Amino acid sequence: MSWPILSTITFIPLVGVFFILLVRGDDESARQNIRWVSLITTGFTFLASLFIWANFDYQTAGFQFEERWDWLGGNISYRMGVDGISMLFVILTTFLMPFCILASWVSIERRVKEYMIAFLVLETLMIGVFCALDLVVFYVFFEAGLIPMFLIIGIWGGKRRVYASYKFFLYTLLGSVLMLIAIMAMYWDAGTTDIPTLMAHSFPASMQTWLWLAFFASFAVKMPMWPVHTWLPDAHVEAPTAGSVILAAILLKMGGYGFLRFSLPMFPVASDLFAPFVFTLSVVAIVYTSLVALAQEDIKKLIAYSSVAHMGYVTMGIFTMTEQGIQGGLFQMLSHGIVSGALFLCVGVIYDRMHTREIAAYSGLVNRMPFYAVAFLIFTLANVGLPGTSGFVGEFLTLLGAFEVNTWVALIATTGVILSAAYALYLYKRVIFGTLDKESLKSILDLSLREKVILVPLIVLTVFFGFYPAPVLDVTQASVDALIQNYQAALTAAGKTALLAH
Amino acid sequence: MVTELPDLMPVLPELLLAVGALFLLMVGVFGGERSTPVVTGMSVAVLTVAAVMLIASPGEGVTFGGAFLQDGFSRYLKILTLIGSGLAIAMSVAYARNEHFERFEYPVLIVLATLGMLLMLSANDMIALYLGLELQSLALYVVASINRDSVRSTEAGLKYFVLGALSSGMLLYGMSLVYGFTGQTGFGPIAAALSAEGTSLGLTFGLVFILAGIAFKISAVPFHMWTPDVYEGAPTPVTAFFAAAPKIAAMGMLTRIVIDAFQPVGSDWQQIVVFVAIASMALGAFAAIGQRNIKRLMAYSSISHMGYALVGLAAGSETGVEGVVVYLTAYMAMTLGAFACILAMRRKEGMVEEIDELAGLSRNNLPMAVLLAIILFSLAGIPPFVGFFAKFYVFRAAVEAGLYPLAVIGVLTSVVGAYYYLRIVKVMFFDDPAQKFLPMPGELKVVLGLSGAFVLFFSVFAGPVVALASEAAKTLF
Repeated sequence: MSWPILSTITFIPLVGVFFILLVRGDDESARQNIRWVSLITTGFTFLASLFIWANFDYQTAGFQFEERWDWLGGNISYRMGVDGISMLFVILTTFLMPFCILASWVSIERRVKEYMIAFLVLETLMIGVFCALDLVVFYVFFEAGLIPMFLIIGIWGGKRRVYASYKFFLYTLLGSVLMLIAIMAMYWDAGTTDIPTLMAHSFPASMQTWLWLAFFASFAVKMPMWPVHTWLPDAHVEAPTAGSVILAAILLKMGGYGFLRFSLPMFPVASDLFAPFVFTLSVVAIVYTSLVALAQEDIKKLIAYSSVAHMGYVTMGIFTMTEQGIQGGLFQMLSHGIVSGALFLCVGVIYDRMHTREIAAYSGLVNRMPFYAVAFLIFTLANVGLPGTSGFVGEFLTLLGAFEVNTWVALIATTGVILSAAYALYLYKRVIFGTLDKESLKSILDLSLREKVILVPLIVLTVFFGFYPAPVLDVTQASVDALIQNYQAALTAAGKTALLAH
Repeated sequence: MVTELPDLMPVLPELLLAVGALFLLMVGVFGGERSTPVVTGMSVAVLTVAAVMLIASPGEGVTFGGAFLQDGFSRYLKILTLIGSGLAIAMSVAYARNEHFERFEYPVLIVLATLGMLLMLSANDMIALYLGLELQSLALYVVASINRDSVRSTEAGLKYFVLGALSSGMLLYGMSLVYGFTGQTGFGPIAAALSAEGTSLGLTFGLVFILAGIAFKISAVPFHMWTPDVYEGAPTPVTAFFAAAPKIAAMGMLTRIVIDAFQPVGSDWQQIVVFVAIASMALGAFAAIGQRNIKRLMAYSSISHMGYALVGLAAGSETGVEGVVVYLTAYMAMTLGAFACILAMRRKEGMVEEIDELAGLSRNNLPMAVLLAIILFSLAGIPPFVGFFAKFYVFRAAVEAGLYPLAVIGVLTSVVGAYYYLRIVKVMFFDDPAQKFLPMPGELKVVLGLSGAFVLFFSVFAGPVVALASEAAKTLF
């Protein structure tokens, strides 16, 4: 058996935790050491994860880099592996973590040690979610991620942090426990929790409906879909900058990943049955939350609502079950991971200086912060989905997929593009343009070197993928094709048995 | 006529505890108060030796005319009980020194109570079961009120005694009905009679009374009323003891009696167990929300945890019993760790018990705060801690048995439960620090460390532990 590369990448951050625990004292030099250890650990994890991409076989639709050990007995084993759908999420996670550490470099002054430990543990758990090939392993990683995030929001968050952290934890837990029951039911039906085996197993149609609903309860909350999105604005607003980045860029993606990994391949009949329901929720999310975003007074809240709208495109695209729709949904998730992460980093930049997120507290920043204005502009336009930015590709593909399946859905969803331009540009106008007449802003400084180091790579990626999305789409191609084929085959088979039954 | 001596090999650990307790009582009586440390140390030693004997000896079998049964199930739970009792005595040392509570009777009574528990776990006959139960209960009544000068401790003891006596009465009444309608007292013969003759109204009455009596011992709703008061009133080390070992013994006894004796009328007791499980989980979860006192909170928490363990039993299958065994293991580890922290909540002016006193513990004593937080998350059933796996196994059994409503209600109440455990984490991590506690005594550190390590790393060695539990469960079927 070859070297277990996925487990290595998953657990490298814990090695960093071990070294951080060795650091004694709480003076400035100790804190600096802790920051460097975290940065090096996350950087090293990222480099190691690139090894997966380098050795990734684009032609294989199945799982690669597989590992398997006995764990709980009774066909529940520790199994890891990635395919085209999950691999890029692993890379996205490891890629963004160093930026999160850098973004917390000066803004986190108290309890640095605990903060960095929480982030590194969170990284391990997030990578684990995307690598797991056993439902129980997946669930363990999926749920355990709540603990560090709860602490990050609750300890280093803003004024209403306690409320936000509780809401985040209990909301997501409530969704997930139903999924746990569904996992057990699947175990007794299929005799295993092994994901590839379950994908090939066909569950009875009546059971699929219930299982689909239970998984939906978990992923819809995580995603989040309207109307269970209300935890997200609170959590985003109160979380520290890096926490918001992780929340928007990675944790939300677990919902979409879950739909692609579990709901579609394992419950195809139910997915087909519920697709109109998901479309309805998606377009409501796109239009409604875009309108809500227009009315926000708080920058982070505005971006949080725009995230919900963008996730609406993802769910819509996924449930079209067309190649464009799913590819677009996947691309949209990755692009949103970069863009929304970057937007929260941008908000963090001015929050660190002014300690307020009120839109009204800013105006005319372009006069003092030209570099910042450019960076923020690029991410705003990417958020709107301007051609030439990564945001465009995903939105366009999902709309294309939706158009094939249902014109009305595509029509309503497209109005969301216009609305997103409205709220994003309106925000940009209020914060960046106008006159610089507020006394407090007159001495504000432009981006520091550290902040440039954070934002420039993200700008490059946003523009690069906007012009040339092929590197991402090539990776996902084979797995998505296989997913759609199996789905159609399962539907045909189910249709035949239904006909026979009549 | 020659009376043949029964085979004593399977009962060696029990004999050791009986002889040991009497010997220690002598040491205490003749040595006076000064001998307390010696008696305490030796009690722990006796319990340890008994546990080692159980681990080492394959002495399984039936003796005393079928009344005493030593099998894999009883061995596993006996070892668990002995560990629980031993650690409970160890945890009382510092408390006894600081609170002038040095009574040599305390460890001796715990050894006697533990003997009762071992007998309960091995009982294969109604009479033997009752004897074990009463030996345990009488020792516990005294232990609850061991702090004679405290009104609350005496009140706790009295409450426990009155309600306990009532429940023993109900249990006896139930047993007599079962005897009357089957003509048997042994578990095996009862089951045989039941499958031959089927059930009858009188027998159902007997079953209900027996279950009610045992439900009192595991503090399951609706027989839980004594728990918060006794937990709060009794001295904290006593509460720590009450929360762990006796619950395990009573739960094991309940499992054996329903599986071995009443399996032919499975559907009769199953509905009772389902109801009791739902009521316990729900009441435990909702009533704990308003608690300010951490011992009261732990009381409600233990009520709901017994509810979860009953979920496994409700399935009535081998997987269900396996779930119960895993759950009890996890429950004991978490409870002992939590009480090690509660016993460490001590300032110059004495012990404190309010949850708010833990404020900002993460800045005063980070290791303790982290370990307690891990234990609390585990109690809430969040992975990757042991509490999650425990819940996983009991709910898995319930789902297998098709008890979906029970499983769904169970996981939903666990979300409610998460709320109050999170509140303690919030107080420790999010709030501003209160005054520091005195340094934690060494033995509490050891217990907390062991419990924390077990809870944290369970996912790594889950396979072997579950395999052991599965072996234990197999012997019942």
